[in-house]
Amino acid sequence: MVNAVPVSEPSARAPLLQAIAMTKRYGTFAANDSIDLDLYAGEIHALLGENGAGKSTLVKTMYGLIQPTSGELRWMGEKLELTGPSDARSQGIAMVFQHFSLFDNLTVAENVALGLDGVESFAAMSARLAQVSRDYGLPLDPNREVWRLSVGERQRIEIVRALMQNPKLLILDEPTAVLTPQEADQLFTVLFRLKSEGRALLYISHKLDEVKRLCDTATILRGGKKISTCDPRKETAASLARMMVGAEIGEVKATGARATTIPRLLIQDLSLTPDDPHGVHLKNISIEVKGGEILGIAGVAGNGQDELFAALSGERLAPREGNIVIDSNAAGGLSVTARRKLGAAFVPEERLGHGTAPRMKLSENALLTGHAASHMVKHGFVDKPKTLETVDKTTKTFDVRKAKRDPEAVSLSGGNLQKFIVGREILREPGVLVVSQPTWGVDAGAAAVIRQALLDLSSRGSAVLVISQDLDELAEIADRIAVMFHGHLSPPVAAHEATREKLGLLMGGASAEADAREASHAIGA
Amino acid sequence: MQLVLEKRVERSTKIAILSPLLAIALTLVTMSILFAILGKNPVMALYVYFVEPLTDSFTLMEIAVKATPLVMIAVGLSLCYLANVWNIGAEGQFIMGAVCGSYLAVVTNGTDPGPWVLPAMLVMGAAGGALWAMIPALCKVRYGANEILTSLMLVYVADLIMDYLVRGPWRDPKGMNFPTTASFDPVATVPTLFETGRIHWGALAALIVVALATVMLGRTIKGFEIRVVGAAPRAARFAGFNSKKLVVFTFAVSGALAGLAGIIEVAGPVGVLQPGISPGYGFTAIIVAFLGRLNPVGILIAGLFLALTFIGGEGAQISMKIPLDLTKVFQGILLFYVLACDSLILYRIRLIASPKKAAHGTA
Repeated sequence: MVNAVPVSEPSARAPLLQAIAMTKRYGTFAANDSIDLDLYAGEIHALLGENGAGKSTLVKTMYGLIQPTSGELRWMGEKLELTGPSDARSQGIAMVFQHFSLFDNLTVAENVALGLDGVESFAAMSARLAQVSRDYGLPLDPNREVWRLSVGERQRIEIVRALMQNPKLLILDEPTAVLTPQEADQLFTVLFRLKSEGRALLYISHKLDEVKRLCDTATILRGGKKISTCDPRKETAASLARMMVGAEIGEVKATGARATTIPRLLIQDLSLTPDDPHGVHLKNISIEVKGGEILGIAGVAGNGQDELFAALSGERLAPREGNIVIDSNAAGGLSVTARRKLGAAFVPEERLGHGTAPRMKLSENALLTGHAASHMVKHGFVDKPKTLETVDKTTKTFDVRKAKRDPEAVSLSGGNLQKFIVGREILREPGVLVVSQPTWGVDAGAAAVIRQALLDLSSRGSAVLVISQDLDELAEIADRIAVMFHGHLSPPVAAHEATREKLGLLMGGASAEADAREASHAIGA
Repeated sequence: MQLVLEKRVERSTKIAILSPLLAIALTLVTMSILFAILGKNPVMALYVYFVEPLTDSFTLMEIAVKATPLVMIAVGLSLCYLANVWNIGAEGQFIMGAVCGSYLAVVTNGTDPGPWVLPAMLVMGAAGGALWAMIPALCKVRYGANEILTSLMLVYVADLIMDYLVRGPWRDPKGMNFPTTASFDPVATVPTLFETGRIHWGALAALIVVALATVMLGRTIKGFEIRVVGAAPRAARFAGFNSKKLVVFTFAVSGALAGLAGIIEVAGPVGVLQPGISPGYGFTAIIVAFLGRLNPVGILIAGLFLALTFIGGEGAQISMKIPLDLTKVFQGILLFYVLACDSLILYRIRLIASPKKAAHGTA
């Protein structure tokens, strides 16, 4: 029951929070299977695991959002029962979620007020908010509307809101996923400070280098079970990855000669106002992707990547025909279907609801994008065998694991569904492929398959544009990398010259600001 | 103990078929209680409602007559509902179809113009229904007006237009001032199928509509488009389907079918244009569409079942003095249960024993 925790100090101290044999079942599926975990004050504890390993379920039970099927929590030695998050907060447990729960149209202070249980006046609360944010070096203007803030600033709201409860235990769910490398460094400073104040931190991540830098202890989950608790500083990234994945991950490598001469996808001076009042304006975006090349677009989410994807796919039409050129055809005003007929293919970020209709069968989801150019439709009638054939081919080529031949999309795991979606497009041998967040929330094995497939496609002469927040992914597969910031796209840099620092600065807007300054000087002159 | 709705991994096909049956069973139980409260023998009343009409060839044919407009309208509505387009105004489209088709019958009355009249009336009826449906469709596409409200309100406008016509310009001069047109000439009448009974060629037309809709939804890209737009709008946009065009398309088809049902009803069993040509077919068809699982064959069965309640309700009124309004109550309860039972397709009910949590919950 009790785990010997090899912490740096001898474990004379009692754990702040003890989770004993935590189990959560959904039907026959065990999301958490008898997990033990000890958290100590003044320690940053990493919870490592792939998507679906059970990390979120475990922390949600610790925060009272999920009731465990069995097992118990002990808080400072006493049995703890949580019926909801407010119970957890009253004990001194706070959580910062990966997906923010903020109201865009409200101010920072209003959002914080909504998340607090206290009874203090709004003015007092605002003052305290300003105080806490100053103290911890997390500057925030309490009177600013949330929609004006960057993703990093939004996260600050969540962190400050948590800190205002003066928590003994702070749970952070993948906090760096939305940050630039520099912003992540700033966050680490705050986390170290919280640790030195004697708080316990539970840090969920799958980024191994971060965990090695930051954490004193790491617990690794896989398939709902605890694999091990160890000192991450004494492990190598490879050994941690092995525990996480349970197998060695294949190396992704480029194959074949990669000609890079003919531009197959051109974006020329594309400016676009968003549909959504809180969307991002695209400003004079120009770039070319040559055949045989993978161009990466890095950037923190919410800087215009969604708008760019919509403009490229044809879900939003460009103002001028010539804004987008696919294989020498002006395509700015063409529909999604017409662009597919020109040999373009698209993989959106959202798997369910955008890339697929969740409650429809895979064969129907093959038809979803295949109806345009894959001979699946004859005289208005659907060739069902042909759609099933596509499912079978995709299943075989991309190792899509599923319970039956033609299940509903929603029943597949994230990784398998992503392999299906990417596979569905790649099997059409598109001349131009635009992919957004190709391996977002996907297990390492599936991610490797997908990245390899993108490399292989480009080596066959296609132009591939990858929009990704994951710098490691871009470093692995892209030939050139450009950065999006506030609707601007930086000029691309060759991947081997693109250091994390350089990209990080661009992601924070360094060169875009400089460009803007130059432009205003030019006008002034 | 705790009742929990748990999401299913995949939708259950078994429950999808069982759900309407379960809804009917629950409705029958509720109705029995209502009959008992009214002081009627529930067993007897259920027999008169649901069994007696099936024992006689005349009432069987009447069921088919009533089911014809219900099925035609409901098939059209199902296309709308599948695409997440909420056309509630089929009653109005039915009336406008009847009005537009009747125009020809009225102006050619007594002139013996030839056999082209009936086909032309059917075309005009369908066109009238479709055009009437274009008003809410275009308001939605152009201005974002809520089609539930606009289509519903237009029902009353259509009703008043018809009322004006039969009381004013189209009134039968020999009709003793009754608000009705002259009886349609034989060339302007949908012929019956048999010597006796009122069952007419429109019943076959309804079967053809069911067959065509089955093929369209199951086999064609248009049917796929309808289903995707309804089930996953963003994925549909990504697929290159234009949801605005589809709003217009589904409204046009359902309006045309409702209009066709309207002119067939007027030129068939009724024989004149007059107020009260519809006992609420356009609204009952909404229930038929959902009871039939928005599936054409299911709608055919559901249409026959609801027609049975109309006929049975009349029988019960005559033989047991049960108010006819109870038929509407029945239909309303049925729709309620159908929608409630549908949640079982995506969720399963589980009883979970957790005395501790229950105690906390009450605390």
